Amino acid sequence: MGLEYYLMLSALLFTTGVVGVLVRRNAIIIFMCIELMLNAANLAFVAISRSLGQTEGQVFVFFVMTVAAAEVAIGLAIIVSVFKHRQTINVDEVNSLKG
Amino acid sequence: MNPEQVLFFVFGLIALAGAISVISFRHPIYSALALIITFFAQAGLFVLLGAHFVAAAQVIVYAGAIMVLFLFVIMLLNLGRRDPGSAAGRGKWKGIAVILGILFAAEGIYIAVNALSDNTAVASAQPAAESVTTYDIGTLLFSKYLLPFEVTSLILLAALIGVIVLVKRERPRTISRIRISITRD
Amino acid sequence: MGDLPLNVLLLSSAVKILVIAHLLIIGVMAMIWAERRVSGWMQDRLGPNRVGFQGILQPIADGIKFLLKEDLIPNHVDKPLYVLAPAMLLIPAMITVAVVPFGSAIEIAGYTIPMQIAPGLNIGVLYILAITSLGVYGVVLGAWASNNKYSLLGGLRSSAQMISYELTLGLAIIGVLMLSSSLRLEDIAKEQGAYPWQWNFLIHLPAFLAFTTAMFAETNRLPFDLAEAEQELVAGYHTEYSSMKFAMFFMAEYMNMIVGSAVTVTLFLGGWHFFGLENVGGPVWSGLISFAIFFAKTALFLFIFIWVRWTLPRFRYDQLMNLGWKFLLPVALSSIVVTGLLWVTTDGNRLIIGIGNVVVAFIVVAVVGGLLVMNKVPEASGPKIAGLDELESEVS
Repeated sequence: MGLEYYLMLSALLFTTGVVGVLVRRNAIIIFMCIELMLNAANLAFVAISRSLGQTEGQVFVFFVMTVAAAEVAIGLAIIVSVFKHRQTINVDEVNSLKG
Repeated sequence: MNPEQVLFFVFGLIALAGAISVISFRHPIYSALALIITFFAQAGLFVLLGAHFVAAAQVIVYAGAIMVLFLFVIMLLNLGRRDPGSAAGRGKWKGIAVILGILFAAEGIYIAVNALSDNTAVASAQPAAESVTTYDIGTLLFSKYLLPFEVTSLILLAALIGVIVLVKRERPRTISRIRISITRD
Repeated sequence: MGDLPLNVLLLSSAVKILVIAHLLIIGVMAMIWAERRVSGWMQDRLGPNRVGFQGILQPIADGIKFLLKEDLIPNHVDKPLYVLAPAMLLIPAMITVAVVPFGSAIEIAGYTIPMQIAPGLNIGVLYILAITSLGVYGVVLGAWASNNKYSLLGGLRSSAQMISYELTLGLAIIGVLMLSSSLRLEDIAKEQGAYPWQWNFLIHLPAFLAFTTAMFAETNRLPFDLAEAEQELVAGYHTEYSSMKFAMFFMAEYMNMIVGSAVTVTLFLGGWHFFGLENVGGPVWSGLISFAIFFAKTALFLFIFIWVRWTLPRFRYDQLMNLGWKFLLPVALSSIVVTGLLWVTTDGNRLIIGIGNVVVAFIVVAVVGGLLVMNKVPEASGPKIAGLDELESEVS
């Protein structure tokens, strides 16, 4: 299977994530879309690493996953505390810096 | 078509369908499920690419931990049943976003195809014959990428402390006082 | 397995899958019977003894009853997820077994067939961790779909518990992986010698205890069955389930126990080894004997499951979190550090590693316990403190 197919799929997945961030107003779903984009990048990493015959790409995926895990923990904590203060996680309604 | 191609299309279509479902379901919990399916299909693609370790890590980290956290928060805040209004965005922006998305995807596909024909290093490289073993990844992680590896542990520690700071209650609530008095009696 | 011709490979795999899948289901039935009878024995009463010899057909009668009951779907549930949830719990429980080696190998018609559904998978242990981490979805989605506050509470408890104890589960294995230098379960089983003092549970005693405790938590068994605590949550996540769907939850719980025991036997209790008995007889016989040894060890471990159930009372939620994060996790981490350090410095001397692990685990528990006692806040400050005394006396 050629590399270009994997890259195309990766591009499509990434785009879906971008559209999701633009279209949805629910902070949790926006967050999921960010995860989707990270995953699309992972797919490209692994596909290119395979076609170059190198292991480095997979090591980068490992790092991306670690950072994604940290990011999810922090992000969800922020969402929970926003919800505690504002009783909503609609990003359009959370638009002032006043806690 | 050989089996690998068939599997690529099967997993690829499942991943895409899952991704589109993530952004179109109304309930966050269904979106989360769709995302889990996408992650699984991606794990399948990683196996096709011979990256068994990454496939396992994908399932352990994303499906096993990250998405459980998402579900936990959705259940904790009891979302989904209460605010259907927040599910869809405003009409005109939605249209523009989709058009922009299509343009963006076209661009990405164009680059994916053209970059390969231009870049001889990638195009002419011999595909790896064997799958990459956990041993290879471990060797790289603990030799060439030792410093980044240690730095990720710092990132995780920072995240841990950050989460505790963000969600910790400053003082015990009255409920817990009541519970204490009950257990004492 | 590259060295087997394709038709032999397919045939042997099909036979193995059929045998193992049926063994699992029969095992679940036997387990249900054994649990009720052993519980009866421990409580000095009889238990079911009417259907068939000593009540051995009781699970079949139960199964028929479940099948014939009306399949009730309450009005207020989220239907797709409600229907999906039992299957999402049962399927991971069943497919974990694919990488567990049930015996050494059996030789038929000149072909050496490993007694494992998926031999040679080079991420074996990671596969198990990945699949077991999926079991929580069945619980969580079933709980959410039921649209019932008790179910939801059960699901929340379960997800927090699973995430917390999964870490211990994964970390406790790493010492074992280090010494056997392989992720394949058949290599790990082979690497442990024929005699009990060569098995991993002695070399990694603290890790073994942490792993076992975490596994009890992962299977939602009694000291950790907070997700379905009858006295607090009616029946937790499966309150709204009845008939065959409830039976599937029930089966999944027992299947998880069986698979968990099989994995523990492989990783820590020497797999199919037992005083060299596994090498007695010809190539066919030794394969069957090793299978029998593995089976017996798994059954013994399952007995411990039941034993613990009637020995330890349920943890309270804060005790559960304290135990997981403040004791099991540090112990598992210390076992990695000690095993790694001693492996390098003593050139893999098993005796020294075993002693070092125990000593350091004692120090870790003492230090954590001491810190907890020193930081003890006056009682009125929160519920976390209330259970501390019991917890400390239990751990130390």
